[in-house]
Amino acid sequence: MSKFAKKRGKADPSISTASLPDIIFMLLFFFMVVTKMRDSELKVSVVTPFATELTKLEEKSLVNTIYIGRPSEKYKPVFGTKPRIQLNDKFARYGAEEADIRLFIEQFRTKVPESRRPQITSSLRVDGSVTMGVVADTKTALRKSGQLKVNYSAKRRPN
Amino acid sequence: MAKSKSKGRAKNEINASSMADIAFLLLIFFLVTTTIVEDKGITVKLPPWSDEKPDITQLKSRNVYSVLVNAQNQLLVRGQPMGIRELRANAKEFISNPTQRPDYAEKPTMAIISLKNDRGTNYRTYLEVYNELKGAYNELWNELSLRKYGVPYDEDKLPLAYRKAIKAEIPMVLSEAEPTAFGEEK
Repeated sequence: MSKFAKKRGKADPSISTASLPDIIFMLLFFFMVVTKMRDSELKVSVVTPFATELTKLEEKSLVNTIYIGRPSEKYKPVFGTKPRIQLNDKFARYGAEEADIRLFIEQFRTKVPESRRPQITSSLRVDGSVTMGVVADTKTALRKSGQLKVNYSAKRRPN
Repeated sequence: MAKSKSKGRAKNEINASSMADIAFLLLIFFLVTTTIVEDKGITVKLPPWSDEKPDITQLKSRNVYSVLVNAQNQLLVRGQPMGIRELRANAKEFISNPTQRPDYAEKPTMAIISLKNDRGTNYRTYLEVYNELKGAYNELWNELSLRKYGVPYDEDKLPLAYRKAIKAEIPMVLSEAEPTAFGEEK
């Protein structure tokens, strides 16, 4: 006369996993959308400074990145410790930085449809410890190639 | 004589149980390669390059807010040494000039900020100074926006017409001079 007698039509206790692939796919698509593949290995060490008045760069396809910093440990024996400019996955040639930057900008422009070219932004990811000399030269090169929209990359200052 | 269906015939279904594994594999790949670093920073518009020497127009000195940064990362603001913490409030007061001081800007539209640094200035300091100056303008825009429209200034949410009206009243004019080369890194 047990109250807790087993029910006859007891359901199978296993959880249905039929929807698992869907959940995984959902996650997959999320990550596919937010992923930005780092197309170039970082050869200079860059720690961007802190700032408060930040704007977000919206469209990744319209952003090209110029890295400026001291060569990382691996490249120090060859490239020294003076700040260098990295474009794509190469160092800009020493003494011909301006020509290289102009070429880099020109090459990026050809990949963007003409109507969108004015919206191209150059993101300068510059190490905080670098002096302004190399940055000023980069700015001059950018101005000469008509790339005037520039974003100084920075991190939000924690309060 | 029609062939009778074989009894043990397999069902016409693709086994989907490995789908989850495939999806997992892809998921893990994207998890590993993902760098959700949003690119954020201070956006500036550089002046176009011209080979000609800029013609020097004489500005009234009361309208010019000169900020010099030397190779030792020290600030000289309108001839006075200043700490970086005071810069924002000071710049705000200069631009808006609420007390109508005769040595501050006549009106916000006439104020010009002139920034000059050395080739030996630290980039961190330079960006900090730039950040403070931009911050001064952002705060002024915000105050004006609250006063005029009752909403805070927001680059994305505020209608374009409002933003234009605000920028017309307080335009941000920041001119950067060619840096000096006293403390260039050797």
